[in-house]
Amino acid sequence: MRILVCIKRVPAPGARIVVEPDGQTIDTANLGFTISPHEECAVEAAVQLVEQHGGNVTVMTLGPEGAEEQLRHAVSVGATDAILIPAGERDWDPQATARALTDAIGDAESDGAFDLILFGNESADSGGYQVGVRVSRALGRPMVNGIKGIEIGKGVVTLRRETDGGSELYELPLPAVVGVKEGITLPRYPTLRGRLASKKADVRTFEAGEQPGGQSMVALANPPEQVKQTVMLTDAAAAVDVMEELGLL
Amino acid sequence: MILAIVEHDRGTLNELTLQALAVARDLGDVEAVILGSAGAGLAEELGAHGVSKVHVADHELLADYGPDAWAETTRQLADAIGAEVVLAIGSDRGNEVMAHIAARLDAPMVANVISVTPGEDWGVVRVRWGGSLHEEALVVAPLKLLTVAPHALAASEVGGPQAEVVPFMPSLSDEGVTRVIDRATLAEGITLATAPIVVSGGRGVGSAENFSILEELADQFGGVVGCSRVATNNGWRPHSDQVGQTGTRVAPDLYIACGISGAIQHWVGMMASKKVMAINTDAEAPMVTKADYALVGNLHEIVPAIIEEIRNRRG
Ligand SMILES: Cc1cc2nc3c(=O)[nH]c(=O)nc-3n(C[C@H](O)[C@H](O)[C@H](O)COP(=O)(O)OP(=O)(O)OC[C@H]3O[C@@H](n4cnc5c(N)ncnc54)[C@H](O)[C@@H]3O)c2cc1C
Ligand SMILES: Cc1cc2nc3c(=O)[nH]c(=O)nc-3n(C[C@H](O)[C@H](O)[C@H](O)COP(=O)(O)OP(=O)(O)OC[C@H]3O[C@@H](n4cnc5c(N)ncnc54)[C@H](O)[C@@H]3O)c2cc1C
Repeated sequence: MRILVCIKRVPAPGARIVVEPDGQTIDTANLGFTISPHEECAVEAAVQLVEQHGGNVTVMTLGPEGAEEQLRHAVSVGATDAILIPAGERDWDPQATARALTDAIGDAESDGAFDLILFGNESADSGGYQVGVRVSRALGRPMVNGIKGIEIGKGVVTLRRETDGGSELYELPLPAVVGVKEGITLPRYPTLRGRLASKKADVRTFEAGEQPGGQSMVALANPPEQVKQTVMLTDAAAAVDVMEELGLL
Repeated sequence: MILAIVEHDRGTLNELTLQALAVARDLGDVEAVILGSAGAGLAEELGAHGVSKVHVADHELLADYGPDAWAETTRQLADAIGAEVVLAIGSDRGNEVMAHIAARLDAPMVANVISVTPGEDWGVVRVRWGGSLHEEALVVAPLKLLTVAPHALAASEVGGPQAEVVPFMPSLSDEGVTRVIDRATLAEGITLATAPIVVSGGRGVGSAENFSILEELADQFGGVVGCSRVATNNGWRPHSDQVGQTGTRVAPDLYIACGISGAIQHWVGMMASKKVMAINTDAEAPMVTKADYALVGNLHEIVPAIIEEIRNRRG
């Protein structure tokens, strides 16, 4: 089977996100970049499905040139093909992102459709919860989000979604689109062979025109910080005093 | 007019919906849609939250949750009543249904707003990074599709009159309609998302076995155990225990963080807790400086000592 995974390059902040003075971007000078944990797990899930059922995994991203790093990382853990849609340094809105991905998928499917297209449930930075659904609609394929289990059957895929205290099952005819959540499986680390393969991998580019949608960003800001006076407790007895005060015991 | 989606699971209300209604009320006259007749019983209480009219949509494809049928029905209703805004809570289902409506209309959708300012172009503030960054944005569209960030605003009753309840019959075809086909119950009773007390562990716990002292502490007050992503990635705990941006959001009365540094992606998952107690060897860890109470020291000594102290006091 042929599987496509769409991934997005995002910064990996630590204890605080620093917004640039112009309010347009976050300060990434001292930050590494990664892909969202949801998408990392989607790549792993795709690689495992291909190990079971045969086939190959393609990864695709719309982003700056630097996003090649995330595509190559995906190759180092088992993807075979990588496609970059150059978008310059500025982000595209969710509708524009979905339109460009749809066009690029159309191009990549000229020699046959992907059986499965995996997205993350939401991107780690912007978290619009929509790009995958838009692409699935444009392609006329069914989609469910929030998936933590994928099983391939005859012409269908069975999907498991966790709810508070339980889970729901969905069955979709193939080809289908799935929004994956972290926890579906544990991502592997790249092997030495994987690293070598990723260095040699050929990253294809697909040029897509930007077709903006109706949402535009004005500015980013840090939420007001709650300044708290932390009460330092000296020992276990003091901690239990607090629990009593809170009426928990 | 504002059309709010009342999220329910086979008749059980998702209480977060009431928070979304609090945002909706400030924007204009609020009508609500309940998808599936199983939820019809919820209509009565919505008047108290400021809803003037409730549309109960009935169709066999609405017997259980399905993103396509929920989205298509809401789209048809919004069109029929000339809604200016469709709004839902930013839950898994709320965001999913709204995205399906947006995709059908090829219209913008703004996820997880915390404030909305109507105008010629609508201004919104939404959250990013699971809540650790705010974004001011403009929405230009005849029908605004918005989800409200959970816990951004408290639900409140405004004591309105009972809402008028009217039926709505959508026209749906079962072609390509995705629905729940089966379900399993994993846990009965309190879950991580609803527990009054969460005892959470991170890298500092050190191993899967060491979590047993956290379990024991949680058992003292009917709490549950949570964890950080490091604990999940090391295979010490299942992902369903993970608290944070890509895990579960919790809002207990007390959150006890043991050996968790307080990275922003963890913090956003538990910042709605009423009180936070940190147990950490590092007095400078963000979890310690941001907590209400902190104990600086080794959790492997402190946690058992707390359990013993509780037992002693209970006699
Ligand atoms: C003028 C302007 C400036 C912006 N500036 C910023 C900014 O500074 N920082 C910022 O974080 N956002 C910014 N955005 C928003 C950003 O463009 C969106 O994040 C982007 O369009 C994707 O939407 P999303 O992240 O909401 O995706 P979601 O709908 O949350 O993503 C779901 C899934 O879709 C896939 N996906 C999403 N994006 C891509 C992609 N680019 N390539 C491949 N797959 C993808 C992933 O699998 C992801 O898990 C800006 C938007 C505009 C219009
Ligand atoms: C997009 C994205 C999403 C993410 N989502 C999540 C998420 O949902 N949830 C999440 O948790 N993380 C998430 N993360 C990861 C997050 O950034 C941190 O890496 C993670 O939370 C750190 O876990 P930790 O606090 O257990 O480990 P560390 O940061 O390593 O902290 C361990 C702490 O334990 C203390 N300690 C060590 N030994 C002891 C001892 N004996 N007694 C007491 N204290 C001790 C140390 O002082 C330290 O403060 C995400 C990251 C990204 C990029």
